[in-house]
Amino acid sequence: MSEQENGQQNKPEKNELVRRIAEKKYEFGFTTDVHTEIIEKGLNEEVIRLISKKKDEPDWLLQFRLEAYRYWLTQVQPTWGHVHLPEIDYQAISYYADPTAKSKKGPQSVEEIDPELMKTFDKLGIPLEERLALSGTAVDAVMDSVSVKTTFKEKLSEKGIIFCSISEAVKNYPDLVKQYLGSVVPPKDNYFAALNSAVFSDGSFVYIPKNTRCPMELSTYFRINARNTGQFERTLIVCDEGSYVSYLEGCTAPMRDENQLHAAIVEIVVMDHAEVKYSTVQNWYPGDAEGRGGVLNLVTKRGDLRGVNSKLSWTQVETGSAITWKYPSCVLRGDNSQAEFYSVAVTNHYQEADTGTKMIHLGKNTRSTIISKGISAGKSQNSYRGLVRIGKQADGARNYSSCDSLLLGSQCGAHTFPYMDIHNNSATVEHEATTSKINEDQLFYCNQRGISTEEAVGLIVNGYAKEVINKLPMEFAVEAQKLLSVSLEGTVG
Amino acid sequence: MTSELQYIELYQEVADLIKSKSCDVMNAVRDEAFSTFQRLGFPSKKVERYKYTNVDAAFAPNYGVSFSPLTVKPSAYIYNIKNAPIDVSPYYHKIADTQDAITALNTALVHDALFIHIPKNQQVEDPIVVDHWLRGDAATMMNRRILIVMEEGADATVIINDHSADRQRFLTTQVVEVVCKDNARLDLYEIEETTPLCSRFCNVYIQEGRDCSVKHNSITLFNGLTRNLCDVYLRGENAEITLNGCAIGSGSQHIDNNTLIRHEVPNCTSNELYKYVMDEKSVGAFAGKIFVEKDAQKTVSQETNANLCASSDARMYTQPMLEIYADDVKCAHGSTVGVMDETALFYMRQRGIPETEARTLLKNAFMGQVIDQIKYEPLRQKLYVKVEKRFRGELDKCEDCRLCK
Repeated sequence: MSEQENGQQNKPEKNELVRRIAEKKYEFGFTTDVHTEIIEKGLNEEVIRLISKKKDEPDWLLQFRLEAYRYWLTQVQPTWGHVHLPEIDYQAISYYADPTAKSKKGPQSVEEIDPELMKTFDKLGIPLEERLALSGTAVDAVMDSVSVKTTFKEKLSEKGIIFCSISEAVKNYPDLVKQYLGSVVPPKDNYFAALNSAVFSDGSFVYIPKNTRCPMELSTYFRINARNTGQFERTLIVCDEGSYVSYLEGCTAPMRDENQLHAAIVEIVVMDHAEVKYSTVQNWYPGDAEGRGGVLNLVTKRGDLRGVNSKLSWTQVETGSAITWKYPSCVLRGDNSQAEFYSVAVTNHYQEADTGTKMIHLGKNTRSTIISKGISAGKSQNSYRGLVRIGKQADGARNYSSCDSLLLGSQCGAHTFPYMDIHNNSATVEHEATTSKINEDQLFYCNQRGISTEEAVGLIVNGYAKEVINKLPMEFAVEAQKLLSVSLEGTVG
Repeated sequence: MTSELQYIELYQEVADLIKSKSCDVMNAVRDEAFSTFQRLGFPSKKVERYKYTNVDAAFAPNYGVSFSPLTVKPSAYIYNIKNAPIDVSPYYHKIADTQDAITALNTALVHDALFIHIPKNQQVEDPIVVDHWLRGDAATMMNRRILIVMEEGADATVIINDHSADRQRFLTTQVVEVVCKDNARLDLYEIEETTPLCSRFCNVYIQEGRDCSVKHNSITLFNGLTRNLCDVYLRGENAEITLNGCAIGSGSQHIDNNTLIRHEVPNCTSNELYKYVMDEKSVGAFAGKIFVEKDAQKTVSQETNANLCASSDARMYTQPMLEIYADDVKCAHGSTVGVMDETALFYMRQRGIPETEARTLLKNAFMGQVIDQIKYEPLRQKLYVKVEKRFRGELDKCEDCRLCK
């Protein structure tokens, strides 16, 4: 090494580090060469009929889809979010991709699943098969549009728990699905909900019977694999009286230049004394450093706390997606019901996130907590948007909201748009928000003790998000922590 | 969305009359403002900044429009805009948001304006008081306009009172534009004591230069329907703005305050405190946005909104917002809606204070925090008394303006 090089050693080293990170940035960016059956691009009534036919659906579901589609046609794409949503060409998307089509009737056993597909899940580190037994998690993996494999079904059915793909549920438990589907998020709820109701292809269905504590954590893994397909999955969770379930959801997509659309619906029904915990780690492809590509994540999630003393908790770690537009909400209908929303949203490069929650208090003595942590870096925009509404009958309702934003870099933005509509004088509603950058003193303290700035930022951010990450189940918490540091690598220095 | 029609027709009929009564500076922007209004119409509830007030309904009734001339008592600093000592065209309708429908309507219809001019380095000891009296035998609409120019280093206190003397329906639009040049200081008070028959739409626009310090206090003691908008543009470094608001509602009163503070340059400070006490069937709304532009580093901003709902029919909407594009900032906001502290009530009742009295004491103490901020001593003392009277239900008409005595 020449003297000159030696003098600049520090810089190339740093560049090397940055380059390395830039290369490994999105770990899940691989496509799987699986035989996939994709129907023609475009959206019309014929396509919907075709999807319905392929899935062998009853007539009421077809009508449900068509009604949603006709309503969707009358609507325009909403623009109120603090994001730059591109014009989406809905005719350029294929609405159905089935990686399991080789075996005509769908997989009957593990052996029948395409080995390539199994490898995909191996790469993702989803604990299918033996690893399941160790981790004690039941997984329903959804790739593109079709539910590939649901594990642990037998063990769950002993307890009377139904955990299967929604198309299976339509066949085997039509009454349950008919009763609850669209009862929390009606097809006419919003533009994207209408689209999903019209073309949803698969998703998970969970039913926990009365007085049952689900013995393991249920989990879904979503992955968009095929090119030019949108993923429209639908999750329906019904937790009957006195029961408990914890549900995990993870998402990834391979690297693609063009935007991929993801418009999902999650509906949760919580009965008397029941409790549901819903955790999400969202790591869709966020686009590259110049903001090209990435997933458009436009999701409607809502829980209906119908019963007295019911409880619902949303925990989300959002690190991916070019655009995130989602508001996991709670309707606190039952008296004494409790709702919680914990969120960490990280945006880097050109990512945009507009996320938050809605807490609609209708029952007496209902309580809700909102903890939202936003972290923006690069040229990203990160917004919290939340509504707390206390209805006229909601005596003694209580809400506490806290939204903090952390800014890393001078070109990003952090915004807070809280709405509070109070129609009852016995309610107590508190909201507080702060925005600041990383504390220089803390950084200096770490530097002093030989911790590099990048590492120190990782430590501080993890400490900052701890309040939320602590709410995640063990396996997810580890993954979330890793994701946080990966998403923020290269933002300092 | 139909009530704008009558105003469009009205303008087309009387435009020449207004122009003849007015002056060149005001006429210069009139037609353009009118076409803006014609294009926008009244904002519907879908317009974010007007979502809590039904503007269309407020402007729907048939009002006679008053074009009575402005009377200005001869004094230093205060002028009819026609007799302005300086050229006001660089200021008039230049700070205001020209794309706001209410401002546009006001600009189109207003025939006379008040101009307050404080010369360079002039310290004005006594407050400048602007009294508005709403008088009339029939339902009347009034359009008012005030322009305040503070030259470098000027220092003044301005109090704008809004009274209603007759039991009539009145509709007012008011636009206040404030230009503070470097190092100026201004305390601006707006006090409204009208009747439940009055509707008021008031837009205040404040522009600050370097090292300025402005305090704006918006006090709504008694009203019908009130919609106040306050936009602040911090355009010079080290500028400081304090926005304080006090709103007391009862009956079916409606109070909507909408503020926006734009930090356009580094090192500015903003403080905002709005408090509401809503009783009976009143509706309160507060929306405040702090906007920090990309290069406005070292911004310090604090926004607080606290509300007390004193009856089960009262409603409160609150929306404290932050929109931040710079990273080296310290911004916080807090908002609460709650009930009176039961333990404090219990404590007082234990000591023989009747419940209604205890409640009044608590409301008074709650609002005291805003009144404490008022710097002009005589006004502060007067407001302590008035706020207390208001909570006791004794202040149901404006009581101390000359006309009512």
